[in-house]
Amino acid sequence: MPMTPFPLSTGNPPTLDQLAAVMQERFTSSVSVSRADGGIALSIPLLEPSLLPAVCRFLFWDLGCSWGGLIVEERATQWRLSYTFLATGTGWIEVLLEVPSGAGSVPSISSEVHAADWHEREAEDLFGLQFEGHPRLGDFILHDQVWPEGAAPHRKPQRKSVDAQQTHLRRRPNPEWRPLLVVQDPGSFAMPVGPVYEGGIGESLHFMLETVGEDVLRAVPRLFYKFRAVEKIAEGQTVAEALLLAERFAATSSFAHSMSFCSAIEKIGSLEVPNRATHLRVMLSELERLRHHAGTIADICQSTALAVAASQAAIIEEELLRTSCRFTGHRYLFGVNAPGGLQRDFDDASAGHLRLSVRQATQKLHLLEERLYFTSSFLDRLEDAGVVDPEKARDLNLLGPVGRASGQGHDLRRECPYNGYQSYDFEVPRESEGDGYARLRVLFQEAYQSERLISQAAERLEPGPICTPVQAGLSAGVALGWVEAPIGAALHWIRLDESGRVERYRAITPSFNNWLGFHVAVEDFAFQDFPIILATFGLSATECDR
Amino acid sequence: MSFWFWHGLRNGVRTTRYPRVLESAIGVSPGRPATTEFASADQAAAAAANCPTGAIVAAGNTARVVLRNCIHCQRCRFGFPHALAWQTDYEWTGVTNPEAFGPLPSAYRRSTHIMVVDAGDCGACLRELKQLNNPFYNMHRLGFFLTATPRAADVLLVVGPVSENMRGPLIKTYEAMPTPKRVIAVGTCAITGGVFGHTFMSAGGVASVLPVDLEIPGEPPPPLAILHGLLVATGRKPPVPQETMKERGA
Repeated sequence: MPMTPFPLSTGNPPTLDQLAAVMQERFTSSVSVSRADGGIALSIPLLEPSLLPAVCRFLFWDLGCSWGGLIVEERATQWRLSYTFLATGTGWIEVLLEVPSGAGSVPSISSEVHAADWHEREAEDLFGLQFEGHPRLGDFILHDQVWPEGAAPHRKPQRKSVDAQQTHLRRRPNPEWRPLLVVQDPGSFAMPVGPVYEGGIGESLHFMLETVGEDVLRAVPRLFYKFRAVEKIAEGQTVAEALLLAERFAATSSFAHSMSFCSAIEKIGSLEVPNRATHLRVMLSELERLRHHAGTIADICQSTALAVAASQAAIIEEELLRTSCRFTGHRYLFGVNAPGGLQRDFDDASAGHLRLSVRQATQKLHLLEERLYFTSSFLDRLEDAGVVDPEKARDLNLLGPVGRASGQGHDLRRECPYNGYQSYDFEVPRESEGDGYARLRVLFQEAYQSERLISQAAERLEPGPICTPVQAGLSAGVALGWVEAPIGAALHWIRLDESGRVERYRAITPSFNNWLGFHVAVEDFAFQDFPIILATFGLSATECDR
Repeated sequence: MSFWFWHGLRNGVRTTRYPRVLESAIGVSPGRPATTEFASADQAAAAAANCPTGAIVAAGNTARVVLRNCIHCQRCRFGFPHALAWQTDYEWTGVTNPEAFGPLPSAYRRSTHIMVVDAGDCGACLRELKQLNNPFYNMHRLGFFLTATPRAADVLLVVGPVSENMRGPLIKTYEAMPTPKRVIAVGTCAITGGVFGHTFMSAGGVASVLPVDLEIPGEPPPPLAILHGLLVATGRKPPVPQETMKERGA
């Protein structure tokens, strides 16, 4: 599909009124546009379900919005489907579709917005919703070899306790099940990798490498081995309990996810986060990004068997883990965020120590980067490995460092600011080659920007309160929280019921988005490059599976 | 590319001297809440009620800590009037069944091959396991080696609460291992299910799927705690005393 330029992007980002006017003009009386709150700036309720693909195509391709995610909710008498998009510089837009419970089928938008593919497959597996016109539903989260057809564990009458469902008794392992193979040339065969592989230190996921010998023609990841139904477990929990889940389902970006969760709760409860807490949150989320990127760089060096560099990067990661532990009491920053601010305060001396340690770590990273760029055997492995061109990256809405290495990838800190990031001075590094080397350069540059942000935040720390506690309980409400996690945009959408308990919790993670695009990078490559491409993507299976 | 050689040398030896000497660097372990004596029974009860996972049990004036339930949320440490004492150690490994447990035979002491299975882990335990290979911990010096095949493995480390989709691969991995073998549950999720609990998608711990020999509590257990677990499995360090295990509710 040709990409038409954003008609309003010539100068400043469009205002909400301009966007609303454009939508009204294009779709006349079929859509109504209204201002919404709870983090979503504009709501477009659809009166006619058949219009859905056209509206989504117009938003994604003609207005140049990025895809946020699909939020499915089962209400008393109807399905509520919210298709969220990000209009850069303006805010979140949702296309709202409400269909009666009996209908059980909605039009698919996957052929218009390719990035929505997995969101629809997920909804079909977990809710039993049918998406008309979707090319490939089924066998996604509930693997076909063990789950019977028709299981829809996220439906409302289903309970999450094991007695109510007796899941593993209902499972019927199917020995006849075979994966779908595409390459049918004579002499071709499929090489299964996973779910237990790489000495186990790799996460549980499965790849079917379709090959004719040395060259692998395509590799399709099969995920959700680690699916723990976090969204279902959270239902009926208090906010304090659900926060533990949000923090713990993906530990390498736990601070980002808990912050995104908390910001949704803060919108529901109209809590103002104190100044001191916003600056400390910037420090901690940038510390997490720095540590995450150091770990990914260590993995990349390891994948090319450059032992000394891998050790040096691992030393930096371990030192940052120790710094985190010294500062917050936990190596992975668990138990720091709270709705309304932070669980505890930090004294200025320890903030100064954090700043010093981070500066030392980035100096070591600089040295490492310099040496890596002079190591031709290392660069040979990364250059032209796993290329994702900018058009593909835009098509599949790749996020975070992976998207930015292909010239795409919005950065929410800049394009939809939260937590006072608009007042900070930093750059968003971008590359256009889209290969492994470009992704490595983006990782290094982002790490240095994180150091800048930590220094700025440390200078702005002023004495003051650390948390605005929830007064007199939370009431019913719905809100979207967003944070730029180390891997990309993390969206947490929450609906609370009258008693302040979670009614529906939806976590849209950057890894879920980016795994969809992974197959583009692994087409027609040499087998020995596979671990390198995997490492440069730096994706997390647990963040995707939830 | 000889500069890599000098780059490595210039950094010197960073490896910990554990297990010969206890490591005391700040930040190697998040520590754990310790059983605390309060002034009144009300305070102990308040501390127990404040814990989201039942890791604190009130008995009179004492708030007893059941470490195998602790998920390191630190709610009993910060922002709470009746804070518990905090202990920064890392030798936490306990034996689940003292009558049946024996360490691996002495032939395995200096060459133990380890298989790791990720059964729904949040990524923290795996990341900490990865740290065992970095120069700070360097488990090779103690004769521990990761292996990619269960046929060559002596110890099975399981992380995560055992998600439904990993139940089959986990059992197959265990069955493919030759005897003698030991199973270690790494992390609170692998012991009790942690925040994921026992639901239709999570088995609520490894023990409901496989016979578990050793438990390493912590969310995540720091690298030295995992190293201690491996040393216990090979009989080179004693486990946590049985009285402490009983206190933990094992």
